[in-house]
Amino acid sequence: MVQPMSSTPALVVDNLRKTYGNGVQALKGISLTVQPGDFFALLGPNGAGKSTLIGILSSLVNSTSGDAEIFGVSVNKRRNEAMKLIGLVPQELNFNQFERPFDICVNEAGFYGIPRKIAAERAEKYLKELRLWDKAKDQARMLSGGMKRRLMIARAMMNEPRLLILDEPTAGVDIEIRRSMWQFISGINAAGTTVILTTHYLEEAEQLCRNIAIIDHGAIVENTTMKQLLSKLDVETFVFDVDNLPNQLPALPGIIFRRVDDHTLEAEMPRTQALNALFEVFSSHGISVTSMRNKTNRLEELFVRLVENGRQEAGKEKVA
Amino acid sequence: MSYMAGNLVALRTIVRREIVRIMRIWTQTLIPPAITMTLYFVIFGKLIGSRIGTIQGGFSYMQYIVPGLVMMSIITNSYGNISSSFFGAKFQRSVEEMLVSPMSNWVILLGYVTGAVARGLVVGLLVLLIALGFTSLHVAHPLITLLSVLFGATIFSLAGFVNAVYAKKFDDIALVPTFVLTPLTYLGGVFYSVTMLGEPWQAISRINPILYMVNAFRFGVLGISDVQIGVAFAVMMAFVVGLSWLALNLLKRGVGLRS
Repeated sequence: MVQPMSSTPALVVDNLRKTYGNGVQALKGISLTVQPGDFFALLGPNGAGKSTLIGILSSLVNSTSGDAEIFGVSVNKRRNEAMKLIGLVPQELNFNQFERPFDICVNEAGFYGIPRKIAAERAEKYLKELRLWDKAKDQARMLSGGMKRRLMIARAMMNEPRLLILDEPTAGVDIEIRRSMWQFISGINAAGTTVILTTHYLEEAEQLCRNIAIIDHGAIVENTTMKQLLSKLDVETFVFDVDNLPNQLPALPGIIFRRVDDHTLEAEMPRTQALNALFEVFSSHGISVTSMRNKTNRLEELFVRLVENGRQEAGKEKVA
Repeated sequence: MSYMAGNLVALRTIVRREIVRIMRIWTQTLIPPAITMTLYFVIFGKLIGSRIGTIQGGFSYMQYIVPGLVMMSIITNSYGNISSSFFGAKFQRSVEEMLVSPMSNWVILLGYVTGAVARGLVVGLLVLLIALGFTSLHVAHPLITLLSVLFGATIFSLAGFVNAVYAKKFDDIALVPTFVLTPLTYLGGVFYSVTMLGEPWQAISRINPILYMVNAFRFGVLGISDVQIGVAFAVMMAFVVGLSWLALNLLKRGVGLRS
């Protein structure tokens, strides 16, 4: 299924606020735009407001003020039309565990007004693509955790949405299945479906997404392209596996060395600094390096910094 | 696809899913009421009823209680079906499948009510067939019989839906049947004519909506009633309108469903 490209943004969120009945301000006037065909990452720590935002977009949560438009259709004013354009893969399992995957998918299509014959064809297509066809007639509760997650993706595809929202779709899924899910989602994005992804696996966001918004305490702390964001990272940490680590660690200006254990050394250094000097100092100290790797992925380091900086700024404002 | 065509597909989907659910757990949905009512017929109708003789309009006690017991089965099963099914969907969060879809609120309500009415009617038919094993019946007014059954099932389906919307735990859907529905049913003229009661109990009985459903159905089957049939249908219509408005209003506001 190839989606027609449009110049209308896939999503426009305009000054969206949500205050729950208990006084918790989950969203503090969020605005963002997602272009059609984009693969967009929405990241943030737990409780940042991501799920509230997704809840409002899918009409499960009523906003306090502001609005969102899906391909130019207001969620507040034309809810039913807006919902036709969305597919949602929620964070929590939300299907009837006693129903069969095939029925879950066909019924989902029915809720979108899709006739049963077409629904059955689509159910077969997406269950096969997500490698669930052999389980199509089993009770859903018999599926493994990864299968249940894939079932929710198949279900979300039944109305062939123009905007697919995935709220932590790969949580608790092993790496092999996660990669097959990435492949599937990348495929539908390549066919024109706009994808918004929230995840705690930052490697996932870095590999898949072109644009990113980081949300914390109900506010957007960063909204840019993945490329620009990653270019902001000025330090990197390398982990070295070594044969023999002396008691006295080497010293080099601008580099912080840390002993992890007798055979592992970490070096935090500016991204602009060449690694040659590092290996020279290892040689001069008689340290033999057997392998090296990045400590964390780059996005993870940035993410932690942005969130921490945001909290420090908020703390300063409070003190002031 | 037009607005109406899409909604009709959605409606058929909910109704089909509800009927599949009823049939999948038929040992819980269809058999228990049949067993319970058989016991009522044996104990109250046959053993005790044979000593009572005729009760009203020359009908035997068994014949007299059949319409009441059929209506009681319809009411309790319609109510139980929708409250457990819709609350179950809330509990498993599968209700979100419908809430995020483009279907209108009236489709959700009508779909669940139709499913519940269907179970009420199937159980009612089963109980009626069992009753025919104990006594003979001739339906006096078929249209009134059918309408009273549909009204009774619809009213209690709507009430069960409202209960499920407000319910936060499974206990909450058991409270109303235990403390409201059962007493009202037993005091609604299933086993006796309210004309047997003195005042003020007769007047108090007339506040009970189940009295009108039981008597409308009894009028349809036997041709006798404690209340005027026009009043009975007016009361039932008022309940259908009032409860429909309440249920749709709850769905629109997202009470218990949307944050």
